[in-house]
Amino acid sequence: MKPEVILHSFGYLAQAAATTVAVSFAGIVFGFLIGAAVCAARVSRRDWLKRLGAAYVSVFRGVPLLVQLLFIYYFLAEYGLDVPAIVAAVGGLSLSSAAYQSEILRGALNAVPRGQGEAATALGFGSLDIWRRILMPQALRISTPPLINEFILLLKASSLVSVVGIAELTRVSMNIASQTYRPFEAYLGGGMFYLAINLCLAALGALAERRLAAGSGR
Amino acid sequence: MNPDLIWRYAPSLISGFGVTILCWGAGAALGLLLGFAIAVLNRLPLPPLRWALRVFVEVFRGTPFLLQLFLLYAGGPSIGLKLNATTAGIVGLGLYSSAYFAEIFRGGFSAVPIGQIEAAVSIGMAPFDTMMRVMLPAALIAAVPSIVNMLIILSKETVVLSIITVPELMYQVQTMAAETFTAFDAIFAMAVFYWLLVETVSRLGSRLEARVTAFLAHEEARA
Repeated sequence: MKPEVILHSFGYLAQAAATTVAVSFAGIVFGFLIGAAVCAARVSRRDWLKRLGAAYVSVFRGVPLLVQLLFIYYFLAEYGLDVPAIVAAVGGLSLSSAAYQSEILRGALNAVPRGQGEAATALGFGSLDIWRRILMPQALRISTPPLINEFILLLKASSLVSVVGIAELTRVSMNIASQTYRPFEAYLGGGMFYLAINLCLAALGALAERRLAAGSGR
Repeated sequence: MNPDLIWRYAPSLISGFGVTILCWGAGAALGLLLGFAIAVLNRLPLPPLRWALRVFVEVFRGTPFLLQLFLLYAGGPSIGLKLNATTAGIVGLGLYSSAYFAEIFRGGFSAVPIGQIEAAVSIGMAPFDTMMRVMLPAALIAAVPSIVNMLIILSKETVVLSIITVPELMYQVQTMAAETFTAFDAIFAMAVFYWLLVETVSRLGSRLEARVTAFLAHEEARA
C-alpha cells in the first residue's frame, strides 16, 4: 500500500471525476425529461401512445447500455451520421436511464390517490394545472428514493462511456494503474471519488425529500 | 455464425443459464427480504438504529458491486468467513440489492395515505397486521415498477459473478469463446438467453402490477 500514489494522481482523478459528474448530470437531466415524456405516453388515454411508450421501455431496458453506446457511436456512423463521442455518451446514458425513470414515475403516479385528480377537476382546475400542481409534486415526493437509486446506478454505469473514448473516472484509474503498476491504490482512489459523488447525490435526495414532504403531513 | 457450434456447447450454456437464474433468483429474494426488513426497521423511532441502517444503505449503494464481491470472496476468509464462489455470489447480490430495495420500499411507504394507517390503528389492528395488510399492499402500487427495474438491473449484474469463477452464463460463454475462437456466436447465444430472462421478468412484473393495482381498474369501472 502506497498512499502517495493516490496523492500524486489526485489531480488527474479529480479532473476525471469532473467529467464523470458532467456526463452523468447531463444523462440524468435528459433521462428525466425523456422519462417523464415516456411516462406521460404510457398513462395517456390514446392506445397508440401507450404502446409506443411500452415498446420504448421494453427496448431500452432490455438492451444492455454498452450495446446502446456502441450502436450510437459506431453503427450510426456507418450510415453517415457521425455522432461526436460526448453526444453518444450522454445520448446512450439518457436513453437507457429514461426507460427506468419512466417506470419509477409511472408507479408513483399510480400511488397518488385518484380522488385528488377528481377533486381538482371538480374545483375547475385545467388538465395542465392538475398535472403541474397536484399530480407531479406528489408523484415526485413518492418517487424520490427510487429516482436517487437510479441516479446512483447511472453514475456507476457512466464508467461504460469510456468505450466511446471519453476519459472518465474508471478509464483514468485504469491508466494510472497501468502507469504506476499500483492497481490497488489507483482503483481505491477512483472508488473514493465515486463514493463521494454518490454520497452527495444521496444528500441531495434527502434534501429534495424534505422539501417535497412539506405540506404532505409527514 | 455457426449453428453446430452453438449446438455443441448448448449443454454448458444451458447449465450456465441455470446457474445465472439460481444466483439471480436467490440473490434477489435475499435482497428483497433484507431490503424490506431495513425499510420496516427504519420506521422505528430509534435514531441510532436508523443511522446504522442509513450507513449500510449508503455504503452498499454507493460502491461498485465488483468491489463488494471481491471483499466478500477474497477478503472474507481473513475474518473467518469462507464461502464458495456461488454462495459468495448470492450473498453479495443479496447485500448489494438490499440497499436499493430498502430505498424502493421506503419510497413506497411514503405513498401510503396517512389516513389508512390511522384508520388501521384506530380499529385496533396489531402493528404486524397494519404493516402486512394495509401498508405493504398500498406501498406496492408505487414500488412494483421500481422493483421490476431493479430485478432487471440485477439480472445483468450477475455477469460480474463470472470474475469470481461462478460457472454462470458469462463464464460459460467466455469459455466457449476461448476454446473455439468464436466470440460472436458465444455472445449471440448469451444475448438470446438474457433477452429471454428480461422479457420474462417484465411480463411477470406487468402481471404483478395488474394484481396490486386491480382496485384502481375497479374504481375506474365504477366511475
